[in-house]
Amino acid sequence: MNNHYNESKGLHLNYSIITDIIEQNSKVLDLGCGEGTLLKMLYEQKSCTGVGIEIDQRNAIKSIEKGLSIIQGDLLEWLKNFSDNEYDYVILNQTLQSTEKPDKVIEEMIRVGKKAVVSFPNFGYWRVRFYLFFKGKMPKSNILPFEWFDTPNIHLLTVRDFFEFCQKRNIKILDSVYMKRAKAFKNFFTNTMTNLFTEEAIFVISK
Amino acid sequence: MEKDKNSAGIVETKFFQINEKIELESGIKFGPIQVAYETYGKLNTAKDNAILLLHALTGDAHAAGYHSTDDKKPGWWDDMVGPGKAFDTNKYFVISSNMLGGCSGTTGPCSINPDTGKPYGLSFPVITIGDTVKVQRKLVEHLGVKKLIVAGGSMGGMQALEWAIEQSDMVSACIVIASTGRLTAQGIAFNAVGRNAILSDPYFNNGNYYTEEKQPEQGLAIARMVGHITYLCEDAMHKKFGRRFQDKDKPNFDFNIDFEVESYLEHQGRTFVGRFDANSYLYITKAVDYFDAAGKYGSLENAFKQTNAKFLIMSFTSDWLFPTSQSKELVKALTKAGKDVSFCEIESPCGHDAFLLEFDTQTKIIKSFLAKERGLHEQPL
Repeated sequence: MNNHYNESKGLHLNYSIITDIIEQNSKVLDLGCGEGTLLKMLYEQKSCTGVGIEIDQRNAIKSIEKGLSIIQGDLLEWLKNFSDNEYDYVILNQTLQSTEKPDKVIEEMIRVGKKAVVSFPNFGYWRVRFYLFFKGKMPKSNILPFEWFDTPNIHLLTVRDFFEFCQKRNIKILDSVYMKRAKAFKNFFTNTMTNLFTEEAIFVISK
Repeated sequence: MEKDKNSAGIVETKFFQINEKIELESGIKFGPIQVAYETYGKLNTAKDNAILLLHALTGDAHAAGYHSTDDKKPGWWDDMVGPGKAFDTNKYFVISSNMLGGCSGTTGPCSINPDTGKPYGLSFPVITIGDTVKVQRKLVEHLGVKKLIVAGGSMGGMQALEWAIEQSDMVSACIVIASTGRLTAQGIAFNAVGRNAILSDPYFNNGNYYTEEKQPEQGLAIARMVGHITYLCEDAMHKKFGRRFQDKDKPNFDFNIDFEVESYLEHQGRTFVGRFDANSYLYITKAVDYFDAAGKYGSLENAFKQTNAKFLIMSFTSDWLFPTSQSKELVKALTKAGKDVSFCEIESPCGHDAFLLEFDTQTKIIKSFLAKERGLHEQPL
């Protein structure tokens, strides 16, 4: 489901940031692994083992061809099949906003994984806000390329929404990386500023 | 024989003799055993490019190619086996054998018992999936194979699982299609109906019918009819036959064949008795019923701890005999055991039979699983 933007600089950066986050020899579960590019990097660069879940059969076949372990199916259904702490990391990259039940998905991720990595496009990004404000239409960009009627992004959110969500549910945020125009920066702004200037956010969370 | 540049070509069934006795799961020591088998492609110098294909309930050693130039029908998995196909005979040494207890060249109840000079009949020992795998192991060792990939659909998938768990030293990868770690009560029930049809046939004669004038054909045909219903699905049957009458537009008002679907089942039953032995049907369905991969290990997860094979599990959406949920059980246990497993559910309207029909998607998935990135042997020949 990583179809939100094509192999671009931003995506490569996103992959390498997540690859940096994951520790060597971790057992990982990559939810919505698409064609398996990230999982392959984790196998090769971090000697990880583990499985990718992908609903689209063509993507699953491409991932299997890379030598990866891939389960074709619905990510929430499969999450429920796994035991507590079965994985070191459960990754949900660029997919949270297109899940049917994002709250359940995150709950399950931090149950199945000792840590979870979640990334999503920030709907609070200033360009997104300007687009809506000035054009009066649902925002579109490289990272949000779809029309309102055919978008898989049914649960768009902002960085602030995510903070609130974690706070209310006592979910620990262990690390965060913010990206803007294919550059990563750490959180040195106030929260309001971060929300305004982040195009894409990556969080490491746990119970 | 149709012209097909990707055909395995003209092939021959060969025979291998096991002269010593093999200890069966029941404790009985049984032998000698003859094994009918075919091979396609060449074994490489490292002897690790073998793929062992495992047939389903009524299959045989003839998986691919033709036996002669005027042979009308190719082997049962011809769409999947040959140069450039899913099981690529340019790269792999593909082996297929008839299972123990079968009736297509491997020793079974219709074979002559050397001690009596008569067919075994019901004096043939009850066999298990494990027993048939032991016999296959003798065959592949005889062929000089060191490492292999095992692959099969339905009962063939059960054998593949048994190989991976019990003969793990030889198995590098295991492909399980439309199969299960154990049959449900419903699956056993259908097999029981089939066996009862045979056992209650007036010509069954306690299994000693080989030299009689009449054979338990009706019983075996009914068993096949029941089987065929389970291999299709409601939707597929309705699309194929609807409620159409056979060669007419109104009913007969008698108990002869009225509907097309009746005629189809009758045809399936009739052609089956020409190629299959009623006793074999009893023995093999029993082996299928007994199979439980979790068996002595207490759980599937523990069973899979015995193996380091890489797994590919596939199921079909409309298969209700070996439903996707059973394949998912295997996948769940394999991930829990920390094994390398991939799983795909293939969209198909063909029911359980899909594994013999939907070769296009299966080919794509199997090829991607066997790609060199997985590090399975593709050594030069």
